[in-house]
Amino acid sequence: MQAGRRFLLKGGAALALLVALPKALLAAVWPQKAFLSTDGGLALSALLGTNQTIRSDEITLKLPEIAENGAVVPVTVGTSLENVESISIVVEKNPRPLAATFEIMPGVFPNISSRIKMAETSRVMAVVKTDSGIYSTSKVVKVTLGGCA
Amino acid sequence: MASKIKIKTRLSDDVAEIKSLILHPMETGARKDPDTGELVPRHHITQLIFANNGEAVMVANFSTAVSRNPYINFRFRGAKAGDTLRVSWVDNLGGTDELETVLS
Repeated sequence: MQAGRRFLLKGGAALALLVALPKALLAAVWPQKAFLSTDGGLALSALLGTNQTIRSDEITLKLPEIAENGAVVPVTVGTSLENVESISIVVEKNPRPLAATFEIMPGVFPNISSRIKMAETSRVMAVVKTDSGIYSTSKVVKVTLGGCA
Repeated sequence: MASKIKIKTRLSDDVAEIKSLILHPMETGARKDPDTGELVPRHHITQLIFANNGEAVMVANFSTAVSRNPYINFRFRGAKAGDTLRVSWVDNLGGTDELETVLS
């Protein structure tokens, strides 16, 4: 919890620099600034307009406790929150923390599995944007052999 | 060239489950070629789109931190037998691929 908050707060100073992009612009455009950011908080700010998230028990983040191969770490994010607009995965210690963001259209179950790379042991955060707010949960994954991320 | 998109779909009632694997190197740009010692340029899928009967259901945006040969699994409601599901992707070097499959 504490580490997660600090991670989020780090990017706070940069909030002032942010120009909120119109939502429509974000859809179907690869969010380059967010993906190239080297800081998780800044990446979230660039992606969602804020790096302040509400911790939620209604998000499940399935990850191995120990990943032997950082190049292939299976991840599943699911949530019982309603009206989900996007699900994003942030690996705090990756050189570029934002790994992926999934835009969820109406009718899609907010439950997605994929595989990500992790450079080293790190906290992984799942961020769920709904029409009522931005929620998150996180988990630490120990990486035995780092995957170039 | 054969498509490098592999997809499995399963329809139960109006829910379609999609499992898709894309063959793509997803190079980070930080890896050295073991033979030449030179950096392999960054080469990764940026956007992967699933559309059912022309309507987008899922847009996945990727960084280099999605594993080689990206895999994605999700489900959506409102599908029926005979629907055409189209998968397409673009990468940062302008590469692209697409595949259509009929839900059954």
